Amino acid sequence: MKVALFITCLVDGLFPDVGKATVTLLERLGHRVEVPLDQTCCGQMHLNTGYTREARPMVRGFAGTFAGYDAIVAPSGSCVGSVRHQHPAVARRMRDDALARQVDDVSGRVYELSEYLVDVLGVEDVGARYPHRVTYHPTCHSLRLLRVDDKPLRLLRNVRGLDLLELPDADQCCGFGGTFALKNADVSAAMLADKMTNVLRTDAEVVTAGDSSCLMHIGGGLSRLRSGVRPVHLAEILAAT
Amino acid sequence: MTTFLGLPTAPPGVGHLSSGRPFPAAARTALADNQLRSNLGHATSTIRTKRARAVAEVPDWPQLRAAGAAIKDDVLANLDRYLVQLEEQVTARGGTVHWARDAAEANEIVTRLVQASGAREVVKVKSMATQEIGLNEALSAAGIAAWETDLAELIVQLGRDSPSHILVPAIHQNRTEIRDIFVREMAAAGRPAPDGLTDEPAALAEAARLHLREKFLSAQVAISGANFAVAESGTLAVVESEGNGRMCLTLPRTLITVMGIEKLVPAWRDLEVFLQLLPRSSTAERMNPYTSMWTGVTPGDGPSEFHLVLLDNGRTATLADPEGRSALRCIRCSACLNVCPVYERTGGHAYGSVYPGPIGAVLSPQLTGVDANKSLPYASSLCGACYDACPVAIDIPTMLVHLRERVVDSGRGRAVPSPERVAMAAAAWTMRKPSRWRRILRLGRWGRPLVRRRALPPPLTAWTAARDVPMPPKQTFRDWWTERA
Repeated sequence: MKVALFITCLVDGLFPDVGKATVTLLERLGHRVEVPLDQTCCGQMHLNTGYTREARPMVRGFAGTFAGYDAIVAPSGSCVGSVRHQHPAVARRMRDDALARQVDDVSGRVYELSEYLVDVLGVEDVGARYPHRVTYHPTCHSLRLLRVDDKPLRLLRNVRGLDLLELPDADQCCGFGGTFALKNADVSAAMLADKMTNVLRTDAEVVTAGDSSCLMHIGGGLSRLRSGVRPVHLAEILAAT
Repeated sequence: MTTFLGLPTAPPGVGHLSSGRPFPAAARTALADNQLRSNLGHATSTIRTKRARAVAEVPDWPQLRAAGAAIKDDVLANLDRYLVQLEEQVTARGGTVHWARDAAEANEIVTRLVQASGAREVVKVKSMATQEIGLNEALSAAGIAAWETDLAELIVQLGRDSPSHILVPAIHQNRTEIRDIFVREMAAAGRPAPDGLTDEPAALAEAARLHLREKFLSAQVAISGANFAVAESGTLAVVESEGNGRMCLTLPRTLITVMGIEKLVPAWRDLEVFLQLLPRSSTAERMNPYTSMWTGVTPGDGPSEFHLVLLDNGRTATLADPEGRSALRCIRCSACLNVCPVYERTGGHAYGSVYPGPIGAVLSPQLTGVDANKSLPYASSLCGACYDACPVAIDIPTMLVHLRERVVDSGRGRAVPSPERVAMAAAAWTMRKPSRWRRILRLGRWGRPLVRRRALPPPLTAWTAARDVPMPPKQTFRDWWTERA
């Protein structure tokens, strides 16, 4: 199977360790991973802020870059959500039938990491070891757009040495929301405050999630509080041995 | 395909669909009010838990939800036919139908009807449509006093406040605040609050009951909204909890109902679906205590004169947008408000419209046109909780994104583009070419000293006010990958 890594622009530029961990994990499970270097960004930020016109070349570029792969895996629920749920609609409105077909085809083969592991590979124990107290925040787009349900939790429960602590009000949004964090910074910070309170109540050392963006927000708040709780992406935990 | 249906959006300056104050600024005021946040957090989390329980016990909820959506879509697709059918049925049963293109026209019609009756005072059933058009203010300007009879609306009216929730208009107030309002304001409005009034819920309800009873017994005219209107029979329906609505709908001589044109259902049997969806979604009840239905007038029973005012006020303009029209499915249950993390923290006033929360963020800008409510489509983190809770499956997150696009597109072509527009264009330009993107990514490294010294420029200061910025890596992922290969 030809597996491509959709690295996402945020991981590429700010969190390369998450990308490296995803590669390590997939290789350990026997895959030869390819990283098409023509990829840039899925355009989610532009689309969700209303700049659909600006995002069109990115939608086209994404489909072209990943057209030849059997599976496209990304360590991000919201980027996969954008490709799967927004790209087809954008392509249809561009009135380019060939592109629309290509986008439909490609977007059906894009998987968020936990979906790929559990649904496609049928693996719940990835052979990881991570002896820490961890709490898991289900990001909104993995939860309500992709419906990953408890897949990340099933993966975490099989990690050796990991003490999984339940996050109170886990399904409440952390307040990131892309440009929402800047455009409505005060509301975003108020939501973050409640999320951090819940994280701290678990007494976890590590807060994990399937999205670097939400983790950047939660981790940025926890760092400001000097709380000592670290944000670690799900891929990094699953890659650890 | 664009459909032109002729009627414009709601007129500015009439009614309560836009305050003119941007959401982020209004939200900041609300967030600073600790009492408000505590009242709201407590109230919404209670309703949220109860709603989840009330919905979970219905085995065919997904099918009911799909049926609700399908019935409303049929109404919207055939609105012309159903409205005429409703008019025929109401007229045949002794009622009079009036058509109002907007808030101003609806206010004129109602004022004229009340004046013709000779009444100087009217009682009101809780109604979103009349709040939307600012009817109380219009009547007051004509020297007519309009008394709200829903307990929470009464609290809001006596407190010279405005509603902050569709279903629980006084959700932002706790019982001590309510007691103070009753003690201070009831005397000027009619029967005063009893001496030594406590903040016990039963005592507050009794004070309201005594105060309102006088109004019910003396009123000659009642004004209501409607939850549903059945096109095939001309029947109107109001769903409520207190029975105060029933008093208004049955005691006065004249009844005037103001109803948005989307409140229709085609047939009587369709109510079966909505009378299950609505109470469980709104008050988390299996069945609401009072469901009042009336068809025209019946001699010797109830009002002898019935007027139905059909209100557009931006609804056909909303209908004209294929991506936005399903907002008109809304049955005003407010489930989306109660699950919204933004609403929970800001309350309803921040939205500047009688329709707050997620549904307000998609409905208000469509009714007024996006230019009058530019910030509302952005008042959401797109978490999707509203869509899951909506009993008529309105995909609010997708619609918010669509309305954001309308906001952005309406600002294109300005001589001086906003900094955001420039940044978005620059980012898009960078992303178009992988080699360009690679070079820009590497520049992140140069941000390391800025991050270390916490000296980031705006707009990133909005980020750093509450959060630290991650240290950019020395090497991007793609450079690592290339080096590894």
